[in-house]
Amino acid sequence: MIKLLILLVIVVGVIAVAQLAKVYRLSATLRDKREEDISEADTKLQGSLFIVFMLLLFGTTIWQIVRYGYCMPPVASEHGVDYDTLMKFNLYLILFVFFLVNALLFIFANKYRYDKNRKAYFFPHDNRLELIWTVIPAIVLAVIIIYGLRTWIDITGEASEDAIKVELFSRQFDWTARYAGDDGEFGVTNFNTITNSNPLGIVTAEGIKEVIAINDADIAKLNEALAFERGHLLDEEASIIALLHPEDHGHGHDSHGDDHGDDHDHDSHRDDHSDDHGEHHEDNHSDHHEMTAEHKAHLEHRLHEVKEMLASNKVTILTEGSYAAKEDQIYKLQRRNQRLIELESFNFSEDLNAWDAGKDDKLIKGEFHLPVGQEVEFVFRSSDVIHSAYMPHFRAQMNTVPGLPTTFKFTPTVTTDEMRVQQGDPEFDYILLCNKVCGAQHYLMCMKIVVETPEQYENWLSELKTFPNINTGNNFVIN
Amino acid sequence: MGGNKHHTESFISKYIFSQDHKMISKQFLMTAVFMGVLAVFLSVLFRLQLGWPDEEFAIIETFLGKWGENGKLDTNAYLSLVTIHGTIMVFFVLTGGLSGTFSNLLIPLQIGARDMASGFLNMLSYWFFLVSSIIMVFSLFVENGAAAGGWTIYPPLSALPQAMPGSGMGMTLWLISMTLFVVSSLLGGLNYIVTIINLRTKGMKMSRLPLTIWAFFVTAILGVLSFPVLVSAVVLLMMDRLMGTAFYLSDICVKGEVLDVTGGSPILFQHLFWFLGHPEVYIVLLPALGISSEVIATNSRKPIFGYKAMVGSLVAIGFLSFIVWGHHMFVTGMNPFIGSVFVFTTLLIAIPSAVKAFNYVTTLWKGNIRFTPAMLFSIGLVSTFVTGGLTGIILADSALDISVHDTYFVVGHFHIVMGLSAIFGMMAGVYHWYPKMFGTMMNTRLGYAHFWLTLVCGYGVFFPMHFVGLAGAPRRYYDHSKFALLEGVTDLQLIISVFAIIGSLAQILFLFNFFYNIFRGQKATENPWKANTLEWTTPVEHIHGNWKGALPEVHRWAYDYSNPDHEEDFVLQTTPLKKGEHAH
Repeated sequence: MIKLLILLVIVVGVIAVAQLAKVYRLSATLRDKREEDISEADTKLQGSLFIVFMLLLFGTTIWQIVRYGYCMPPVASEHGVDYDTLMKFNLYLILFVFFLVNALLFIFANKYRYDKNRKAYFFPHDNRLELIWTVIPAIVLAVIIIYGLRTWIDITGEASEDAIKVELFSRQFDWTARYAGDDGEFGVTNFNTITNSNPLGIVTAEGIKEVIAINDADIAKLNEALAFERGHLLDEEASIIALLHPEDHGHGHDSHGDDHGDDHDHDSHRDDHSDDHGEHHEDNHSDHHEMTAEHKAHLEHRLHEVKEMLASNKVTILTEGSYAAKEDQIYKLQRRNQRLIELESFNFSEDLNAWDAGKDDKLIKGEFHLPVGQEVEFVFRSSDVIHSAYMPHFRAQMNTVPGLPTTFKFTPTVTTDEMRVQQGDPEFDYILLCNKVCGAQHYLMCMKIVVETPEQYENWLSELKTFPNINTGNNFVIN
Repeated sequence: MGGNKHHTESFISKYIFSQDHKMISKQFLMTAVFMGVLAVFLSVLFRLQLGWPDEEFAIIETFLGKWGENGKLDTNAYLSLVTIHGTIMVFFVLTGGLSGTFSNLLIPLQIGARDMASGFLNMLSYWFFLVSSIIMVFSLFVENGAAAGGWTIYPPLSALPQAMPGSGMGMTLWLISMTLFVVSSLLGGLNYIVTIINLRTKGMKMSRLPLTIWAFFVTAILGVLSFPVLVSAVVLLMMDRLMGTAFYLSDICVKGEVLDVTGGSPILFQHLFWFLGHPEVYIVLLPALGISSEVIATNSRKPIFGYKAMVGSLVAIGFLSFIVWGHHMFVTGMNPFIGSVFVFTTLLIAIPSAVKAFNYVTTLWKGNIRFTPAMLFSIGLVSTFVTGGLTGIILADSALDISVHDTYFVVGHFHIVMGLSAIFGMMAGVYHWYPKMFGTMMNTRLGYAHFWLTLVCGYGVFFPMHFVGLAGAPRRYYDHSKFALLEGVTDLQLIISVFAIIGSLAQILFLFNFFYNIFRGQKATENPWKANTLEWTTPVEHIHGNWKGALPEVHRWAYDYSNPDHEEDFVLQTTPLKKGEHAH
């Protein structure tokens, strides 16, 4: 293929260069011919080319319609049938106008081509004509609008009470489907409870405790890394020595610690050292000779500690930037824990059923099933960026927006097996695609949809394990 | 301005920091041509991937290096190419290039003014445009690649550097570049409005303005009202990225990291973006329609049909374009009732658009059509305007949008309207006013070849996209060949790519014709197309102040072609009325 392409490029290039040369040789010989004077032959040629182009355009349009047909995937939902009727109505209409206006345009262009013996017809305006082509489009558009909006209202109406609820959750780059389980109710979710094993952030008492514990562990680890920062320890060591032996160092303490500044220093040790240590910092500038024995002992103890820390293998070396970033991270983790604690107390105090509703939720990746002939109400959520749940066979699409759950409902009408027979394709499957650019693997972010009889569906559903298990189905094998 | 006084100028004040509208217009055009060539080239690179997803191309590695290792395009680089192609085409070629070039050239010349109201602001407008172009091009070379979230840069994708490499430095540069671009656009727009209102010559009533000027006028108003909203959207996004705010972010866990953000709305950005974004479509299209009105009337040797209706429809389209932005957001979870309102307002635009299309066709009817290259491109514009506009009816219908939203159907639709129709308008403008800009003529026959190749390839690229889209192919996919769903239309992807490559190569004809004739072209005469408007009464050699002596006085409208009261088939606007003749 690539060779063919290169060949094509070369051929076109050669032709172009040859033509250029030819044209320029010609124009050199016809120096007295003005560019704006267009010969009769040229006029005739351009006029005819418009007709040729028109035939080509109409011919290829008809060829494409014959070859590719209506093109939309086979329809498999209740409103999809109405959708297709509306779509075909609109397509016929615009095809008619497309042929009509293009034909008029190209035919006029050829028919009224330049003739030096003729003068154009002076026809600046005609109110009646203009009224006609304002009013007729207006009427046609009124029909389109009314027809379109009726379908739109049907599609976007409220789902019925007994609709099956399915949640589709998106993240880079996969989908998870969630079924409500026996209680028919989804568990409450909160993004603060998301962990690797709980990607949807379903709230449970244990889950909250687990995340708080993980965060606390992270905070402790970060604090340790900060406490063992070599530069800070060295500074502290030097300043303690300066306090203990003022005669050797004078005010040497000032020459250290410039990198970080005293405030900073003070701050970073707040978490793991007693308050009196902080006071000692403030004492720095007071008279050294009045140091009590107690204070001195404390300083010596700390000095010993610092030396041990410096000698240990836990010592970290951080740039100022990453030191600040770690502090920032601690702050964020503390905030997250605070929110989790609020969430916990809220849920306990309100005594919500939803608190437990998550326990029988069923999660599945890779594929999800729907019963034929029953209305399904989808709830869409997203973890990270905007994705879009696109189910072309069902004429369904809705964006998934982080922080803003969205919904869409439809009733599947054809099972996967029936569609396989209908299409004569034993491999046929319904598909859910991501249709909002979401990153590098956007084009691979899809999921298989299986539509089956209600009995098959119930069987399948009952075999799924409940949360915190995550089931996996057979997705398409891509790549 | 110094009027007709001739004073010597240094190279720098004449060619670089020029305050002369004619030179600034050429500066805009040159920059736009460069940006256009770049954007077309980027599209060829990603069309190679889309047409032959399983092949490797040495050219991709040559140009993209680590992003095209072994001739295979990197998935992130693919998204960067798509994003920067779109951004450059929409903003730098079709907004800066089209409006910047022709508003600058034609507003003073056609209304009979010595120059723009403020030559200095006009110069600033160009320099902001140039700097923003340079930053945008430079962003292609940063370590993590250029912005890659699509030209609409929806957050959170564009707000989170964790989400994709292109949302790092590349995105920051994109935002800075666009902010400067908006400054340029506002300086230009204000200048155009003030000039048109205040500097019309004696007798040039608003009702006698050529349609080009009306189009530029409405366009400038749209730009001044809508671009500031883009700036606010962009500034808020920058704050989300750099200062830890959460205007557009809420409840986010990206790549396993829970972010400390709540309360923002990603949809807010879309509202702000499309509040500019939709008028922007008409900022792109209206100047092209204005140019083609002028070219079609001149070369049909007939008055434009229904001048008042043409002005009215321009104003109507301009007004309506502000209340339709929601049709880009039917599937964002927006309240369906508000969706219905947007369906209604959007489809209303079809009425003034239909009036325009029919008026163009009627102008050709019983005309005496001279096939200059500009005329061919204008006829091409009408054809693509109709073809592309019609599919808009389907996309404006919220119910139908559900299944074709963000598919190739949309890509086909807006490329036919903007990529063909608006570009054809720009080409028509270049061919038609080239003698005025450079004092020489372009080669007509090369122009013919350029037109026919571009028209055939343009339809060849964008028409099949409707079928691909109906079949369910999402846009911005790196590879469509993985899905059984799209098996039926994979051959169309290949056909599209072949046409894209040939069509791009055909532009070499234009580039050659354009640059060669600046230096070697046949010397132009004062009024080569026998047109009525004032610019054709200025001398071929550019002078400061445009007219030697006094400013011309206008006595009639711009469209007295083949007026039966006159022997010639054109009557300059400066020609006084004959006894008993009624002014239009």
